[in-house]
Amino acid sequence: MREARSLQSMKLGTYYVVELPEPDDFEFWRERARSLIQCDVPPDRIAWIEPGSSGDLFAHGERRAPVPPGDAPAVRANRRFVPLAKNAALHSDPERFALLYRLLWRLQANPRMMEDKADPDVRRIEELDKNVRRDSHKMHAFVRFRLVENEETDGEHYVAWFEPEHHILRANAGFFMRRFANMRWSILTPQGSLHWDGETMREGPPAERVDAPGGDPMEDLWRTYYASIFNPARLKVGAMLKEMPRKYWKNMPEAALIPELVAGAQKRESAMVDAGALEFEERPETLAAIDKAIHACRKCPIGALENQAVMGEGPQDAALMIVGEQPGDQEDQAGRPFVGPAGQLLDVHLEKAGIDRKASYVTNTVKHFKYVQRGKRRLHQSPAAKEIDTCRWWIESERAIVQPKLVLAMGASAARGMLGKTVSISKARGAPIALEEGCELWITAHPSYLLRLEGPAREEQARLFDADLVAVKERLEELSG
Amino acid sequence: MVNQPTGGPARSVSYEIGAFFLRGLGKAFSRTYIEQMASQTVLEKLAILADAAKYDASCASSGTAKKNSLGSAKGIGSTEGMGICHAYAPDGRCISLLKILLTNHCVFDCHYCVNRKSSNVARARFTPQEVVDLTLAFYRRNYIEGLFLSSGIVKNSDHTMEQIVEVARILREEHDFRGYIHLKTIPEADAEIVHRAGLYADRVSINVELPTDSGLTRLAPDKDARQIEGAMGRVKADLVEAKDARKRFRHAPRFAPAGQSTQMIVGADAATDADIVGKASRLYDNFRLRRVYYSAFSPIPDASAVLPLKRPPLIREHRLYQSDWLMRFYGYKPTEVMQATEADGNLPLDIDPKLAWALKFRDSFPVDVNRATKEQLLRVPGLGVKAVHKILASRRHRTLRLDDVARLTQSITKVRPFICTVDWRPTLLTDRADLRTMLAPKTEQLELFAA
Repeated sequence: MREARSLQSMKLGTYYVVELPEPDDFEFWRERARSLIQCDVPPDRIAWIEPGSSGDLFAHGERRAPVPPGDAPAVRANRRFVPLAKNAALHSDPERFALLYRLLWRLQANPRMMEDKADPDVRRIEELDKNVRRDSHKMHAFVRFRLVENEETDGEHYVAWFEPEHHILRANAGFFMRRFANMRWSILTPQGSLHWDGETMREGPPAERVDAPGGDPMEDLWRTYYASIFNPARLKVGAMLKEMPRKYWKNMPEAALIPELVAGAQKRESAMVDAGALEFEERPETLAAIDKAIHACRKCPIGALENQAVMGEGPQDAALMIVGEQPGDQEDQAGRPFVGPAGQLLDVHLEKAGIDRKASYVTNTVKHFKYVQRGKRRLHQSPAAKEIDTCRWWIESERAIVQPKLVLAMGASAARGMLGKTVSISKARGAPIALEEGCELWITAHPSYLLRLEGPAREEQARLFDADLVAVKERLEELSG
Repeated sequence: MVNQPTGGPARSVSYEIGAFFLRGLGKAFSRTYIEQMASQTVLEKLAILADAAKYDASCASSGTAKKNSLGSAKGIGSTEGMGICHAYAPDGRCISLLKILLTNHCVFDCHYCVNRKSSNVARARFTPQEVVDLTLAFYRRNYIEGLFLSSGIVKNSDHTMEQIVEVARILREEHDFRGYIHLKTIPEADAEIVHRAGLYADRVSINVELPTDSGLTRLAPDKDARQIEGAMGRVKADLVEAKDARKRFRHAPRFAPAGQSTQMIVGADAATDADIVGKASRLYDNFRLRRVYYSAFSPIPDASAVLPLKRPPLIREHRLYQSDWLMRFYGYKPTEVMQATEADGNLPLDIDPKLAWALKFRDSFPVDVNRATKEQLLRVPGLGVKAVHKILASRRHRTLRLDDVARLTQSITKVRPFICTVDWRPTLLTDRADLRTMLAPKTEQLELFAA
């Protein structure tokens, strides 16, 4: 029956030539394919020719569309086929329309063929579809508009130059329209151009790179952002190239930075690692070992100054450990903690509270004197947080050996040295803070703070300092008792 | 570009950035000197505040409600479901959003963070209007999908959160911006301000930072695990409520349609992969997170003394993401992922967790591709979700041979030992002791995805 109809409707052996008006004209293909199927023209009797390619080979082919017989059955296409074909038709592969026709032809006999993913034709159309989708996606991503100030219309005009691989320009107009609805923009490509004025979309002829603007001041900011957001410690050039192949680089302002960033990355990373490198050996097991080690310590810049390390002093089994900030000028010269003005003031207050300094272990958070030279004088400088954190290794080693029941940290640096974080003295003082191994930490002001105050303020602070010391004394008796 | 003088002391800009903006300034800027100076300041701030933001792994712009600006008088922007990566940095990561901090001044002192109080980095501060201008200028040139805004804590948490919300408000209300906005919320901030953030943003996130509470206490002394989880719980409640309201009222306001996410730092503390996987799955269950991001701890300038400063454990991070995928798309339970870990509680680095699991449970294989269920096929190393769907569709039409499977998968060599087809049975292979060495990849793998 089918055989007979085809004999009536077509001349046997006719070769059909279909010339598409546009390389992305899916609707035209669809119309022609429909009538060719209805006339039962097999795939190998049709040449599909897109504009620009030579049609001379097929000079003798039939260029008119065949007229299907009136009783021809409707052409069937699988639901999955149409969107897939519509997208695959945008591919630059010259064989695409022949492939689509072959699939449609085979679908008439086997309507569920599209599900057979192992079939070579099905795999090929999916591949084309995937390539086109990728190209469209990269167009959405990599188009870069440049601002042109338009004197005549007194408005801003954004213009982009892009080179897509497939015939995707028209199909993607909607994306840019929906996104940049209130802008005036143009996208120029070698295949054609799009112009949007905020209300209507206009298509234009193919363009060249020189038609597009050469730069935009905002690109400096964008390049700065690109360079700053890159983490040199995670260099993965392969992963970048996989998603942003070199062919796109020439139209992306930031891509020019890539070689420089890659080259500098390792240097930047190792500089960061080196700056933070801290290799302490095994924890020293005796106070004498600590004393020896701190004299050689150059883990932070303070150790490199003209000074000597000052070790803590007091009995190794002391129940109370008193921690200050760092040795001062006099301590540095004497090589002993708390012998200068602040030390003398401390002695006065300790005696008042009834704490025996000789029974306590007295030490500093930072082991070396940090100063700036002003003429003949060395002026005290507070240690930086990082220097305190570095020096924690020593104070922790001392505490591990002495194992005091209670630690009295005087001043913010000492508190940071014990806790690893900065706390406010006024908030933290007057109550115990639990440390590991059942040890208690009490925090108070540094005696040198009292030295800097005068009048009623000094009296007030001295009173608070005394109160803290008395509380420590009482707590110590409870713990020892 | 409007620029107001702000408190941020413009100290020397780090690295080679300085060279970038000095070069080309003269020729690229044809505007007035004043504008040049203003722009240079924004440029310096951008260099500092983008540099400070790069340790946040997330740059996703997908999975939000669809919206576009067609037909609106002054609106700009669209989100169409699929995220777009507008560029890739040489670290292989996607650049989808303008990811910056409002300021890198911070009162907190978290050891792993480059912006902690005790760090010696250059500081800067944007005004909300500057961030808005920058976002729109980048968006109009198609550089970005939107904004990812985070901030150091200045003054107090409420003040900082207000400033972040203000940026989103100006973008949405004054400029009718319909692109993507991701706001980092601050757990200590007032719940009402965080709620407002969700009304403007597509996604909100709070970082849990470290997989264990003890790690958090040690490395982020100002943060509190319970407070973080409390804030995540409130966001979840808001999400559920907004979704429910939209079922009943078509115009009920949306609340963070792209959901909430979080980030964990890997390699800064002693937590094992089993700890991390366990924590991640609890977070997914309890807070309905869209994503848990893992960030390999990488060296930072002026680092704290307590941290391991070495090359970031990128492979480990990759294996954790793979395990995350197994739980989210392959039907593995967290306990099953943990079964794939080695004696030390960490996932093997030389092979992926799915292969590790298969090698441990060899009696589950081989799987007959012509008969096996979807769940069984998903467990075959080398078969992805797409390949499994293709196999299921194809086998209705033909009995699959090894060649057919080869056409549907990336690499048949990896799959072969674990499947049988009409013409293939790997009986001997699964018993081989050296199977692991045969299957372990010879070269380093690329990142599974770059985000």
